[in-house]
Amino acid sequence: MTDLDRFLATFLNPAVAGQYAGAIAAGVLVTIEVAVAVLVTGLALGLGLAVLRAYRIRPLNALIVIFVDVFRALPPLVVILLAYFGLPNVGVTLSAFAVLWLVLSLVLAAFAEEIVWAGILSVRKGQWDAARSTGLGFAQTLFYVVLPQAVRLAIPPLTNRAIATTKNTALGSVIGVGEIINQAQTAVAVTGNATPLLMGALAYIIVFVPVLILAGRIERRFAWRRA
Amino acid sequence: MPAPILDVRALRKSFGPLEVLKGIDLSVRPQELVFLVGPSGSGKSTLLRCCNRLEEPDSGSIRLEGVELMDRACDLNAARRRIGMVFQGFNLYPHMTALGNVTLALRKVLGKSRREAEEIGRAALDRVGLADKAACHPGELSGGQQQRVAIARAVSLEPTLMLFDEPTSALDPELVGSVLAVMRSLREAGMTMVVVSHEMRFAREAADRVVFMEGGAIVEEGPPAAMFTEAQHPRTRAFLQEIGR
Amino acid sequence: MDALLQQFFNLDVMAQAWPLVLKGLGMTALLCLAVIPLGLGGGLLVALASLSGSRALRWSVRVFADLFRALPPLVLLILIYSGLPFAGIRLSPFAAVCLAFLLNASSFYGEIYRAGIESVGRGQWEAARSTGLTAGQAFGYVILPQAVRNVLPDLVSNTVEVVKLTSLASVVSFTELLYAADMARSVTYNASPIVLAALIYLAILWPVVRLTSRLEHRIAA
Ligand SMILES: Nc1ncnc2c1ncn2[C@@H]1O[C@H](COP(=O)(O)OP(=O)(O)OP(=O)(O)O)[C@@H](O)[C@H]1O
Ligand SMILES: [Mg+2]
Repeated sequence: MTDLDRFLATFLNPAVAGQYAGAIAAGVLVTIEVAVAVLVTGLALGLGLAVLRAYRIRPLNALIVIFVDVFRALPPLVVILLAYFGLPNVGVTLSAFAVLWLVLSLVLAAFAEEIVWAGILSVRKGQWDAARSTGLGFAQTLFYVVLPQAVRLAIPPLTNRAIATTKNTALGSVIGVGEIINQAQTAVAVTGNATPLLMGALAYIIVFVPVLILAGRIERRFAWRRA
Repeated sequence: MPAPILDVRALRKSFGPLEVLKGIDLSVRPQELVFLVGPSGSGKSTLLRCCNRLEEPDSGSIRLEGVELMDRACDLNAARRRIGMVFQGFNLYPHMTALGNVTLALRKVLGKSRREAEEIGRAALDRVGLADKAACHPGELSGGQQQRVAIARAVSLEPTLMLFDEPTSALDPELVGSVLAVMRSLREAGMTMVVVSHEMRFAREAADRVVFMEGGAIVEEGPPAAMFTEAQHPRTRAFLQEIGR
Repeated sequence: MDALLQQFFNLDVMAQAWPLVLKGLGMTALLCLAVIPLGLGGGLLVALASLSGSRALRWSVRVFADLFRALPPLVLLILIYSGLPFAGIRLSPFAAVCLAFLLNASSFYGEIYRAGIESVGRGQWEAARSTGLTAGQAFGYVILPQAVRNVLPDLVSNTVEVVKLTSLASVVSFTELLYAADMARSVTYNASPIVLAALIYLAILWPVVRLTSRLEHRIAA
C-alpha cells in the first residue's frame, strides 16, 4: 500500500462511508431539528424583547439589557453544562435536546435583540415624526413604519447570527445530543477510521445551504427599491 | 370675524436651559395662509412641532377649532390627523410605495378599508400631479415628487390645518416650483396653512399675513405688502431685506 | 430557594474548587494570549492575500477562509485533534487547540479586515500614492488605520467570540477554565464551580460586551 492509498483508506474510505452514511444522515436531521427550533424561538424572543425595549420602560429595559449582555458574554458551552448538570439537582430535569434548544434560543435571542434594537435606533427620527403627525399611535408607528425598516437593516447581521447558532448546535455533542458531530465521533471510535469526521464536516456545510437560501429570500422580501 | 381654526396662547418651550419659545400668541383664521419667517434658531420649527405636540410644550394653550390640545383628556392622535404636517426632509416611508405612504394612516387611523383608502389615496396623488407614480417607492422619485407625495399623505386625511416646515429647502431650485404650485392650489381650494419658508415671492403673492419671529418671540406681523415695504421694526426690515433680495 | 443556592452558589464548594479553577483560568489566559494576537496578525495576512493581485493566491485563501468560517469551531477542533493523528501528525494538546482556534479566528478577523479595507475609498489610495508614498507606506499609514477604525466594533466583538471560543478546548480535555470547573463539578456533585467559571467569564467579558454595544449604537445613531 502506498502512502496515498493509506491516506485515502483512512480519510476517504468508501466502505466506512457507506456503513455510516445513515448515522450521519440521522445526525443531520437532529442538527436541522435543533437549528430550526432554535431559530424560531430565538428570533421570536429577540424580536419581542427589542419591541418591548422600544417602549422604554426603565426597570424593564434594565432587565433586558442585563439579559442580553449576560448571554452575549457567556460562552454557550458554560450555560449548557450549567443547565444540563445543575438543573436536575434542583428538581428540573430536561432532556439534552431540550437543554440545547433552550440555551441556544436564549443566546440567539440576546444577539437578535441587540441587532434589532440597533436597527430600531438607526431609523431616522423623522419617520416617527411623520407617522405620529398623521395620527398613528406609538405602537402603530413602531409596527408599520419603524420595525419594517429596522428588520431590513438587521437581516445581514441576523443571518450571520443564524448561521453561528446553527454551528453552535455542535455543542450538543458534549451532552450527548445525537447530532452530526456526535454521530461522527461515535463512528470514529468504533471503526478507528477518520472518514466519518470528514463526512460530518461536509454535512455541516450542506446544512448551511438552506439557511443561506432562506436568508436570501427574506432579504429580498424586505428589500425595497431605492435610488 | 370667524372663530380661529388654530389659537395658540402663551406657548412656552425650553430645551434644558435654552428657552426656545418665550410665550407665543398666534391665531390662524379659516382659509388663512400665515407665512412664518425668522432667522435660523428663532424657534419656527419648534413652534410648528408644538402645534401638534410632536414637541411637548412646557406651558400654554393650543386650541384647534375650539378644542384644547393641552388637555389631558384630549385624543391627541385624532387631533394630529386633523393637522397635516409637511417636513423639510419629506420623511416618506422608504419601505412603502407612494400609494402605501398615503394610505397607511387612512387605513390605520381612520379605519378605512384598503379599497376605500386606495381610492382616496389615488385621488390625493392625482391632486399633486403624481397619479402615475402611485406604485413607485420614494427612492425612485425626485425630491420634488417625494415632497408632493408627502403633501398628498397629509391632504388625504382631510386636515383642517396644514403646517409646512421649509417644504422646499431641501430641493434643487428647478424642483421648487412644482411643490409651490401644489401649495398654491391647496390655498385656492381654501386650505388653512401655516408655512415656514424662505420663498419670499410665494409669500408676496399667496400669504395673507407674514409673521416675523426672532429669539423665540413674535416681533411683528402684518400683511405681506406692508411687511415687505414698511416694517415697523428695524430687525424685521433688515431680515426681510436680506432674505428678499 | 435554599436548594438553588446550595446547588449553584455554594461558597464552600466554590472555595474548594478555587485553586483548580484558577489554574484553568491561567490556561485560558495563555490560550487567549496565543490565539488573539496571532489571529489578529493572521487575519491581516488573510485579508491582504484575499485582496492580492495574484488570482491563484486570492482564490485559494478565500476558499480556505470560507471553509474555516463555515465549519463549526468544535468540528474544526475535533478534526484537528482526533483527525490529524490518523495522518501521522501528532501535536501536543496545546498546539492542536491553538491551531484549530487560530484557523477559525484568522478567517473571521480576515473577513473583518477585508470589509474594513474595502470601506476605504479608492481616492485615499490614489491620494497617498500621488504624494510619492510606496504601496506599503500607503497601506500602513493611510489605508489600514482608517480600515481598522471603520470596523473596530467588529474586531472587538470577534475578540469576545475568540475568548468564548477557548471554552471549547474543554471538550478535548484541555484543562482550561471550563474544563477545570467541570472537573470540580463532577467531583463535588455540585454546579457551583461552573457558576464560578461563568462569573469569571462575565467579569472579563461583560465590560467588553458593553463597550461593543456602545460602539455599535454610536455608529447606528
Ligand atoms: N430637540 C432639541 N433639543 C435641544 N435643542 C433643540 C432641539 N430642537 C431645537 N433646539 C434648539 O432650539 C432652537 C430653535 O430651533 P428651531 O429648530 O425651532 O429653529 P428654526 O427657527 O426652525 O431654525 P431653522 O431656520 O434653522 O430651521 C435652536 O437653538 C435649536 O438648537
Ligand atoms: Mg427649522
